[in-house]
Amino acid sequence: MTLRSILIGGIAASALAPMAQAERGEDGQVGIIYWQAPSIMNPYLSGGTKDLEAASLVLEPLARYDENGDMVPWLVDEVPTVENGGVSEDLTSITWKLTEGLVWSDGSPVTSEDVKFSWEYCTAEGGGCAQIEKYGGIESIETPDELTAVVTFRNPKPFPYTAFVGAQSPILQKAQFADCLGPKAPECTEQNFNPIGTGPFVVTDFRPNDVITLEANENYRDPEKPAFASVVFKGGGDATAAGRAVLETGEFDYAWNLQLAPDVLANMESAGKGQIISGFGTLVERIMVNQTDPSSDLGDRRATLDHPHPFLTDKAVRQALSMAIDRELLVEIGYGDAGRVTCNVLPAPEIYASTANDDCKVQDIEGAKAVLEEAGWTDTNGNGTRDKDGVELSMLFQTSTNAVRQDFQALIKQWWSEIGVEAELRNIDSSVFFGGDPGSPDTFQKFFADVEMYANNFDGTDPEAYMSNWHCEQIPAPENQWQGNNMPRFCSEEYNALVDEMQQTGELEKRAELAKAMNDMLMQEYVIIPLVDRGRVSAHSNSLGGVILNTWDSELWNAADWHRKETN
Amino acid sequence: MLTYTIRRLVLSVPTLLFIALVIFLLLELAPGDPMAQVPLTVPPEVKAQMREALGLGEPTHIRFGKWLWQFFVVEPMVLTDHLFGTEFAADKQRVISWQTRSPVMDIVVQRMPQTIWVVAMAYVVGVLIALPIGIYSAYRQYSVFDQVGTFVTMVGFSVPPFFSGVLVIVIFSVQLGWLPSIYDTTHRVVDWNTFVMQLKQMVMPVMVLALQTTAQISRFMRASMLDNLNQDYVRTARAKGLSEQIVVMVHVLRNSMIPVVTVIALGVPQIFGGAIITEQIFKVNGLGQLLITAIQANDLPMVQTVTFMLAVLIVLFNIIADLLYGLLDPRIRYD
Amino acid sequence: MTDPTPETPPTKTPAPTPLGALSDPQPVAPPRSQWRDVWDQFKRHRGALAGGILFLLIIVVVYLGPLVWPIDATYIDIRARNEGPSWAHPFGTDQLGRDTLARMMAGGQVSIAVGLTAMLLALGLGSLIGVLAGFFRRLDGPLMRLTDLFLSLPLLPLLLVMVLLFRQALSSTFGPETGIFILIVFSIGVTSWMPTARVVRGDVLALKEREFVLAARSIGTTNFNLITRHVLPNVLSPIMVSATLGIANAIITESALSFLGLGFPPDFPTWGRLLNDATVYLQDYPERVFWPGVAISLTVLSVNYLGDGLRDALDPRIRGR
Repeated sequence: MTLRSILIGGIAASALAPMAQAERGEDGQVGIIYWQAPSIMNPYLSGGTKDLEAASLVLEPLARYDENGDMVPWLVDEVPTVENGGVSEDLTSITWKLTEGLVWSDGSPVTSEDVKFSWEYCTAEGGGCAQIEKYGGIESIETPDELTAVVTFRNPKPFPYTAFVGAQSPILQKAQFADCLGPKAPECTEQNFNPIGTGPFVVTDFRPNDVITLEANENYRDPEKPAFASVVFKGGGDATAAGRAVLETGEFDYAWNLQLAPDVLANMESAGKGQIISGFGTLVERIMVNQTDPSSDLGDRRATLDHPHPFLTDKAVRQALSMAIDRELLVEIGYGDAGRVTCNVLPAPEIYASTANDDCKVQDIEGAKAVLEEAGWTDTNGNGTRDKDGVELSMLFQTSTNAVRQDFQALIKQWWSEIGVEAELRNIDSSVFFGGDPGSPDTFQKFFADVEMYANNFDGTDPEAYMSNWHCEQIPAPENQWQGNNMPRFCSEEYNALVDEMQQTGELEKRAELAKAMNDMLMQEYVIIPLVDRGRVSAHSNSLGGVILNTWDSELWNAADWHRKETN
Repeated sequence: MLTYTIRRLVLSVPTLLFIALVIFLLLELAPGDPMAQVPLTVPPEVKAQMREALGLGEPTHIRFGKWLWQFFVVEPMVLTDHLFGTEFAADKQRVISWQTRSPVMDIVVQRMPQTIWVVAMAYVVGVLIALPIGIYSAYRQYSVFDQVGTFVTMVGFSVPPFFSGVLVIVIFSVQLGWLPSIYDTTHRVVDWNTFVMQLKQMVMPVMVLALQTTAQISRFMRASMLDNLNQDYVRTARAKGLSEQIVVMVHVLRNSMIPVVTVIALGVPQIFGGAIITEQIFKVNGLGQLLITAIQANDLPMVQTVTFMLAVLIVLFNIIADLLYGLLDPRIRYD
Repeated sequence: MTDPTPETPPTKTPAPTPLGALSDPQPVAPPRSQWRDVWDQFKRHRGALAGGILFLLIIVVVYLGPLVWPIDATYIDIRARNEGPSWAHPFGTDQLGRDTLARMMAGGQVSIAVGLTAMLLALGLGSLIGVLAGFFRRLDGPLMRLTDLFLSLPLLPLLLVMVLLFRQALSSTFGPETGIFILIVFSIGVTSWMPTARVVRGDVLALKEREFVLAARSIGTTNFNLITRHVLPNVLSPIMVSATLGIANAIITESALSFLGLGFPPDFPTWGRLLNDATVYLQDYPERVFWPGVAISLTVLSVNYLGDGLRDALDPRIRGR
């Protein structure tokens, strides 16, 4: 597919645009560019978000989240709840009823056997399924008839919408994947690259880490969709080049995840060929404050609970560190409209957002200095850094390699030096920092530094699993090969109690209260210093219509609705 | 010479095996985790299970042994199957990439067309331009041509490809709109129009890469020619009445080729794994990009296989260079 | 008949003056040393002089400049960000408001130090191995296989392993900054010597068979003297080219290292890093790529001309022409 045919297709389509009835395939080709190239089309074996998103063009779940975070039925007629009888009163089972007449892209009917098989596939021994958490707690799945699947849980589950909801757990065709269970899963290359799904497109050619070509699914349930006859899904390069390709040269129609400085993006947008869209989810850029001593003199037991941190265990110090940061400026420099100041590690959805911590929105250097003075931290030896009882406030600040993060580090280092705290900066390659290699000293779990900065979020809209990250059991230590999510090594009985309580609570309001309480506890202890609520930024060309950015699910969730529109 | 060649070829086998072992151990030792790019939302226990499923639980020597077997026995079987329609490798386990869960060699073969079209072509273009520039610069030392040539090549070499690539894109794609900034790897050349399209998308990456190659090779060519242009035999040849062209192009050139041949031979394996930055900038997605993405994703089987293939090329081309020395200068003796 | 006249004894002719060639006047001046000749020839090479002066100028500006222009290279003045050239900031400011001139000077100190040292290390190592391999047939095989090995090793994992193994030890022995400097110089040196070794070996193989080497050997010159006095000066051409290309390579590789987090801390400016950071802003603030790009190019050019001049000066055939 050449540039010329894209342009001709675009011009022809826009000339025909005023037609009232849309037809499948009349809009020619659409080009999508992801600067991280997808490697596999099977989200269960995937190594990253890019694979999930690519696969969502082909594979679909029973229900998913829309752009507001609400659950919408996708392959079913309605989302089962306690009210409509879909979820049993004792919260141990949920019944999914497939829409009538659904067919796979090869023409065969979608049945509840396929639903059950998807569960078997991901939970098979030795399969290494990346999304196995979604099927946690499922005892069995019955298929009383062709269109009904009854999922039974081992224990009552207040929030039963983890399996088959969202781009992370779509339905696979049993006939196609039947021989790919367990250890055989990686061997089924044809299936992994060309899955049969119910989505608007089917794969015609898959080149891993390079390009995917897809064409419209002839058996898609809506006969007038998708408007595009084919898709070119290119991968590779970097975010700048991807943004350029959509906003400046017009070679592509949609670019994903443009993590660029706001003025660079604004300049690209001013070329007038495309627009930038952004949406906010739960991604929060934060600083983790190490409660344990990472000094290399401690040998094997560095950064473990055996050795509390010499000064970061003093709440006054942590508070001062947070007060000295001008979050407004950070947002302006790093993210522009694609970021918001946040004072909570749990910023969304609405019901979970606490307002108890909003003092952090304004920088207060003098206040920070006062807090430190009161706590006894003064500069006794005149070297510019405060100290007390021989302990200097001198820290190592690490993060991953990323231009915006390095700018943040420079700014934050300067603010901290104004209040008398010295910081040495380090940046580590992302694949080392975020990898779990127990042999590397630079991972974010090992946290052999005093403070580290990165961003994290959670899938879907329910924060239970996310907030339990700071339970005492989740502390990374040599005993569990440094695999754990509680980076600050925060341990509090009160917090643990809240986590346990939330696991038993079903009522939404009560759950929201518990989540807010957990968030407030972390914020008011200042063991996590939230900085920016980062939105997702993508760009699409002005001639591409129907795009709705969805931060709660795959960004390509409604690719079936995309069409060419007239541009003036 | 023949015994030398045979000796070198035979010696290269244990050398390559040793190199394969060193590469494997280096990759094992290097920090990095294939689960690094898996989102943080996936819990650590699941990541541990995924690592098990990749085969990371087995001890190092077993994994190395398996790789050796798969690369040296199974892959050739697959090749014979493909060429001759036989069935030797029907059920055998091939070298599987951890990122894509598909055979590594299939992806390597998939990347060959664009690597050859762009990177190999750039190398050939670079060499063809560099030789005349080097020769003429040396012949007319300190002339305007030499000064300009020196300036352009030095600047070209000092300016790294991550900058020159972007500069070229900004000028030709964004401002002028003449050339596409993204290489289409699925493009098929079937007629004149598609051929022109292929040329258009090749021009910029070839230019950027050729600039680096030209700079290097022309400097070595010039320096070597300068050494030889003042030798006594040149004076003799001129006195004998030979034309300038014969003197320079036949006598001096042949004697000056040794360092140039060395550098060219060192550069050929780089085609297949070295043009990393340029490939990324233009999204040519050739073997260089494959290697770097595999390294970043800690996809050990892919890195091991591709790096080993590069090692084979390096050893092979160094042997060829050594043999060429013997041809170019008959006084060089190896035996 | 003639009377015998008494013969006058023949007048004594004065002793003939010795031939000029056999006379031995006292020397009026000490003999010209070889290096004096070299320096004379070097001086006459216009390009080399220009290159030398430029290089010295760059070093002076970069090392002594901060005494004249005292703004701190890492000081962030956020209100002054993205400014063009002005009296307060002659080269403008970057996206955080840091003064570009100060960053260029601080960056130059590091880049030149790293570039020169790493290049010398790579050059020294490469020449040593190349000469040994070319000269001693028995060492040729093993050394060239070693070269093949180093050429085959993937750069990124190798650097990661080196950082992993040595960063802590170097940091605690030499202090964090010097430790990182040594680590970077060592990493670049150890991974760039191979082409030099191959090229030098090729030339030495050819040179070894020349008549003058045979002649020198026949009068009993030791191997060491053969190498230092006869072989090395004649393989200087490719070594000089390697030096020029090596400096550019070292400066750029250093920036790639810090980009990967293996080099200096991110707020530590170096020319390569400045170029890297500015590339994103190419269309919006093109002057930001201009300064580091020009600086690197000028350094490489000056080393190139210096190398040219040195090679010409050491070539006895050109000398005195």
